[in-house]
Amino acid sequence: MSDLSRRDFMSDQTIRWCPGCGDYSILAQLQTAFAQIGLPRERYAVISGIGCSSRLPYYVETYGFHTIHGRAPAVATGLKLARPELSVWVITGDGDGLSIGGNHLAHVLRRNVDLSILLFNNRIYGLTKGQFSPTSEIGKRTKSSPSGVVDPPLNPAAFAIGTGATHVARSVDVLPKHLREALVDAHEHRGSTFLEILQNCNIFNDGAFADYTDRAHRDDRILYLKPGAPLVWGKETLRGLVQDGFGLRVEILDGPEQAEDCLRHNPSDRNLAWALATLEGPHAPLILGTLYQTQRPTYESEALRQISDARATLGEGDIKRLLRASDSFKVRRE
Amino acid sequence: MSAQSIDHVVIRFAGDSGDGMQLLGQQFTHAAALDGNDHATLPDFPAEIRAPAGTRGGVSGFQIQFASEVIHTPGDECDVLVAMNPAALVKNLDDLKPGGLAIVNVDRFEAIDLKKAELASNPLTDDSLANFRVFEAPISTLTTGAVEPFGLNRKQADRCKNFFALGMMFWLYSKSMDPTRHAIERRFGSPFREANLAALEAGWSYADTRELHPLPFEVPQVPHIPDARYRTVTGNQALATGLVIAAQAVDRTLFYGSYPITPASDVLHALSVFKEYGVVTFQAEDEIAAVCAAIGASYGGAVGVTGTSGPGLALKSEAINLAIMAELPLVVLNVQRAGPSTGMPTKTEQADLLQAMYGRNGDSPMVLLAPRTPADAFRTAYEAVRIAIHSMVPVMVLSDSYIANGAEPWRIPDLDNLPPIAPPPPPSPQAFAPYSRDPESLARPWIAAGTPGYAHRIGGLEKQDVTGTVSYIPKNHQRMTELRAQKVQRAQALLQPAEAKGDPSGTLLIGWGSTYGAIKTAVARGRAQGHALAHLHLRALNPFPPGLAEVLSRYDRILVPELNSGQLCQLLRAHFLVDAVPLSKVQGQPFKVREIHAAVELLLQGEPPEGALA
Repeated sequence: MSDLSRRDFMSDQTIRWCPGCGDYSILAQLQTAFAQIGLPRERYAVISGIGCSSRLPYYVETYGFHTIHGRAPAVATGLKLARPELSVWVITGDGDGLSIGGNHLAHVLRRNVDLSILLFNNRIYGLTKGQFSPTSEIGKRTKSSPSGVVDPPLNPAAFAIGTGATHVARSVDVLPKHLREALVDAHEHRGSTFLEILQNCNIFNDGAFADYTDRAHRDDRILYLKPGAPLVWGKETLRGLVQDGFGLRVEILDGPEQAEDCLRHNPSDRNLAWALATLEGPHAPLILGTLYQTQRPTYESEALRQISDARATLGEGDIKRLLRASDSFKVRRE
Repeated sequence: MSAQSIDHVVIRFAGDSGDGMQLLGQQFTHAAALDGNDHATLPDFPAEIRAPAGTRGGVSGFQIQFASEVIHTPGDECDVLVAMNPAALVKNLDDLKPGGLAIVNVDRFEAIDLKKAELASNPLTDDSLANFRVFEAPISTLTTGAVEPFGLNRKQADRCKNFFALGMMFWLYSKSMDPTRHAIERRFGSPFREANLAALEAGWSYADTRELHPLPFEVPQVPHIPDARYRTVTGNQALATGLVIAAQAVDRTLFYGSYPITPASDVLHALSVFKEYGVVTFQAEDEIAAVCAAIGASYGGAVGVTGTSGPGLALKSEAINLAIMAELPLVVLNVQRAGPSTGMPTKTEQADLLQAMYGRNGDSPMVLLAPRTPADAFRTAYEAVRIAIHSMVPVMVLSDSYIANGAEPWRIPDLDNLPPIAPPPPPSPQAFAPYSRDPESLARPWIAAGTPGYAHRIGGLEKQDVTGTVSYIPKNHQRMTELRAQKVQRAQALLQPAEAKGDPSGTLLIGWGSTYGAIKTAVARGRAQGHALAHLHLRALNPFPPGLAEVLSRYDRILVPELNSGQLCQLLRAHFLVDAVPLSKVQGQPFKVREIHAAVELLLQGEPPEGALA
């Protein structure tokens, strides 16, 4: 463990997000999480694409690379293959990660490269000043959809589960402690973590998640996932999730003792994760925490193992041998 | 057995794309190489893996010139055409010399075969072969007979016929069959091993007893070959080898990110078997991810390389600009093919030069190098890595399909003679700034992510000189734009000066890339006729080599033969205000020597040189 604090991960750059942006909270929790994880600063690399969220690397006193739109997962994959000892973080948004970079996100998750991928979802394009994003809801009126969005939104967690991701989680900018724990979990998972962070854009999409996250009713509308714990939530009204065919149904519970009748969370159950990710309806809660987690070999460990295996079998590559490959010859003298 | 000695021979093998013509050609090439013949090859195949059998679209060809003297091209016209079916015969007849020998597999000249080849009459019986010598051989029947003992089904038996044809050619040119015997033993399991060996022997015996020619020929060894070790390499193999050796020279991991694309995929194949050399290959989800991963690896201190062809290069341009802006070393292989769009994937062209030069947003110059022959691709790849690391810039290698698939003998280099490769010396952590610069090359330090004491941020936004902080200051942007251009320009220090070979004045032929052999041979032919000619072949297209302006100024006429619509010609005119004249061929095929030679004649007579291609 190092004795670094959050302050040690603050760069000297002036932060240029709008006052009141949810990104400030995420940045603070990331810096705090880095200190808590305890690696020296040079062992972190923060790779981003394009968008408001992607400015984040400039503000963190580690290695950082602000790349091009949608391609951070690919740059991070190359870096991880070259420097597997680094803790590599990908910062992306709903436009960067799910629209222009959707292809890369799908493949990096499928490969299970050991990266912590943070997708800041504010359901709007902020840096280009207010067009709808692939997670904007149907009917939303924006600068580029004055009559309302007609294409249905993409579900980030369901997308990630569908790609074969090994760790799919969700948190929110306004719950610092929950977010910090989710960030530390992301680092500790061996393989790709897909962490969707709901983030408020107070300029172009203010209050996008307020129905769930406002202090007034958050206790009744957020379900915090805990492995092994019953899927129940609510302070005024206690609700729980029960199996309904292949899906889930929200039930109002008469009292805490009824929690025993509800499903318990099992993060290794992919079907349950899918059901949680796709749960909709008037009383469906905002589900935060780890929806899904499993273990399988990381991409870089398998790819680099082929190299060490080849070296164990054939010996370290000898250039002379390469040049004098089996088809080399000396001309027969006449 | 006595043989008639000749200086050089051009053979073309042609058949269906599943007939094994490429394998046959490679085996003949290896035999010629071992005999000490100089050689150059031209594979020519369709993009489809198995186009409909017997059709003209499905014809796959392999041409080789081998000689007892130094040669530079696979030859304009063939002395011998081996045609496995009517489509292969008629499609290649234009390139057979008058009086040349056509060896045809008569078993494939039934009515149905003629129909597939869209022939109204049988070329063996009508007059269309009157100008040639024709040797009709029932290759399919004889092969089936020869392999009968090995229990193959009809289809399997027929597939041995390429080795039968090869046996015939080995007899005709007095080549030892041993290397091919060994290759068959290595490559095939039983019973195909025995069957192919039997077909090979049967072809040789058939040519002998049927007297394919009154006497076999013999092409003697090239005199005074240095007693060195050689390999016959294709351009793609040479690129791969050059990259591995360059990465070892700088003691870094070689990282190759690529997405399969013709004709660059063989580089990925070649590198993916070099695991014991620590080479990391990454087959990405697309062209963009391939280059981005290479940039990420370069940021981590590896030698980041990506490879592609024109359509893929278009997709990579934004990422290449990121490397230009972040000032990271990167090598981009562009194995060009005929465009635009999907174009003709297996056919050659040099039409990506201006795309490579200018095809990115903003002022974004990068270093461009071009190999001139398959063997030269080794040194070009090595130089690309050297310049990328020395100057902290992306470097593009403009190869093409002709170099990629063509083969020639390569003298294995003495590694001690290669120039060293070294990044700019890193400053101390206290003195470090991400965009501080080496005073000579203007390169910034290459600090691998993870290095203690140097944590810093880079990115695609414009940045303040030295500190690397994001900056929108007007004069800083001007300065940084100029610095990025100067870095490329100063890479000239690593280039050989421009040199014209031939006459010191008169007419200069200037080319780049794979046109080298055809231009060189045409210039030699013209000079032998008394014309004052010289040849200058550019290895670097950006920056141009030192001294180029002075060389250009010495000549009255400048002809620029290119496999595009005059792209280098435009650059030369723009940079040097010279009255350069283009010779543009865009047929998916390399220049023939006679085309360039005729263009020179026309130019000297005051006629437009394009007439040579009519």
